[in-house]
Amino acid sequence: MSNQDIYVPQPATLLKKQPMTEYETFYEFKLDSGCELGHGPGQFLEISVPGIGEAPISISSSPTQAGIFQMVVRRVGNVTTALSKLGPGDKVGVRGPFGTKFPVDEVMKGKDILLVCGGIGLVPVRSAINYILDNRRDYGRLTILYGVKTPADRLFAEELAQWKATPEVTVLETVDRGDEAWDGHVGVITTLLPLVQINPAQTIAVICGPPVMYRFVLKELAKMAMEDESIFVSLERRMKCGVGKCGHCQMNDLYVCQKGPVFKYSEIKEVMEAI
Amino acid sequence: MSIKKLDQAALDTWVNKLIANQSVYGVQAKGERFAFGPLSKAEDLRLDYDVTILPPKKYFQPQREDLLEFNAKGEYTSVTETEPFILFGVHPYDVVAIAQMDTIFSADNYDVHYMTRRHNATIVACDVQNASANVFAGCMNTATVTKGFDLLLTKIGEFYLAEAKTPKGEKLLTDLPGGLEPGNLDLARREQVWKDNTGLLRKHKLKCNPQELPGLLEKSYYAPVWEAKAKLCFSCGSCNLVCPTCYCFDVQDDVNWDLQSGKRTRAWDGCLLKDFAAVAGGHNFRSSRTDRYRHRFYRKAKYVAEKLNQIACVGCGRCISACVPKIANPVEVFNELL
Repeated sequence: MSNQDIYVPQPATLLKKQPMTEYETFYEFKLDSGCELGHGPGQFLEISVPGIGEAPISISSSPTQAGIFQMVVRRVGNVTTALSKLGPGDKVGVRGPFGTKFPVDEVMKGKDILLVCGGIGLVPVRSAINYILDNRRDYGRLTILYGVKTPADRLFAEELAQWKATPEVTVLETVDRGDEAWDGHVGVITTLLPLVQINPAQTIAVICGPPVMYRFVLKELAKMAMEDESIFVSLERRMKCGVGKCGHCQMNDLYVCQKGPVFKYSEIKEVMEAI
Repeated sequence: MSIKKLDQAALDTWVNKLIANQSVYGVQAKGERFAFGPLSKAEDLRLDYDVTILPPKKYFQPQREDLLEFNAKGEYTSVTETEPFILFGVHPYDVVAIAQMDTIFSADNYDVHYMTRRHNATIVACDVQNASANVFAGCMNTATVTKGFDLLLTKIGEFYLAEAKTPKGEKLLTDLPGGLEPGNLDLARREQVWKDNTGLLRKHKLKCNPQELPGLLEKSYYAPVWEAKAKLCFSCGSCNLVCPTCYCFDVQDDVNWDLQSGKRTRAWDGCLLKDFAAVAGGHNFRSSRTDRYRHRFYRKAKYVAEKLNQIACVGCGRCISACVPKIANPVEVFNELL
């Protein structure tokens, strides 16, 4: 028994803010306590803006980056719009980190890594990418597939360029619709998969993107002989309380805030409401 | 723990004495129906009630409650109520529901708001004297209870037996003036009430053992009953609101007039409501009525049930009475799946 209130956020201060696209903004915070967040790649926070409310936001920085944490937030609801109006020095409340992690310290170790990201799905996966790059010798080949609607929707453009220039890292990008300046691949994310060579027995795949994306990518990965046990998905739901009480994030019997957002695909294949 | 026998006059004197000492919430008439409310005098207490409109969970998880206070500097502080109170006249099925909610809110992330109220409560249970139109507690093994309360009242003829179950209940009995010692015959009559109630509180008859329900649902996900019933559903959430084991909530910030401070509150929510599983940006993860309707039954008889090792429907029948299109009857749904 504990008298601590699981709903009380701790204060954090906004250090930096940078618009990334028309709707998405990059934020860097530090906890006022001076402590590390103590998260793992794939986990999320409940971010409070006083007077507006609280929303679940995935953590985009790697735990290897000490002293701060970063998020990229799409301006889409009350809290995220209020967040977009904050400036450096402003305070937010933070609860968490909550949820499961990409298994970077477990099954991903020693394996080739295939990351399939659609849109803002790159945001939580970036935490794993930078973790892997900071512990490079622990992993095999790193392949990053990234699809967005238009070139203007690309997140982390500079980092994408850096990753592309890193040995033993492959980055393939696609857009649903190109523009005059775009000379890259055009097509949905699944059109990138035939372009990569993987050794399915030696590969761990991660999928993160909009709800519609999963079933198509899973189908392609099955064609590539990827085992369900070697595929991890990060799923979005309405994780209102983060502590398995409020009911909003439930998919069948699973509270995504506790059992997810990162799931081994084989464990949720039979969960009807999952994919 | 002791048992006392008391007549109506002694009960009234006792209740008035309890009211003088602390807050007592008891069952009273509300129009033609009954509701738990603040009790100001013993004669308002209606222990002969059939069922209350809302379950007593509102004293542990109020319809709306303050969780936190905050200021513009982003400082959040916890708000918890601390006043002790007596909840008087809780039926056995509601006692079972409260015990289930205690597990939900105490295990696996302790909810200090619920639990503070819960620890402040003394529960006086009362065996059912009049069955409501839709009660089926007898089918759910919740027509009588042996734990989950501090004191149990059972009406036997013109008398009540009051048995303390916990030190808190024992303490209430010390305030009881002129209680008699019950004889063996009185205890036998109480046994008979329990036996009778198990049979009487079956206005709808479940054709299986409740323990079989998780297994039944395991193979019924695509049964036609979900869509057939859900077609009539208004998505009004009434079944959620009157349910003693529904505990889902929404959280909201309210800013005070000074624009410098405010409160974070939580309020009851319901999984039948259309936007329950919708996320910012518009995607709704349970957009179909059938999915929402089925989800509620799966929560009661499978998801939460497997967590608690007990069916999370206590057979109070409130959802049956509250449902306008008459599709909420769990017994009807489960029997159809058999």
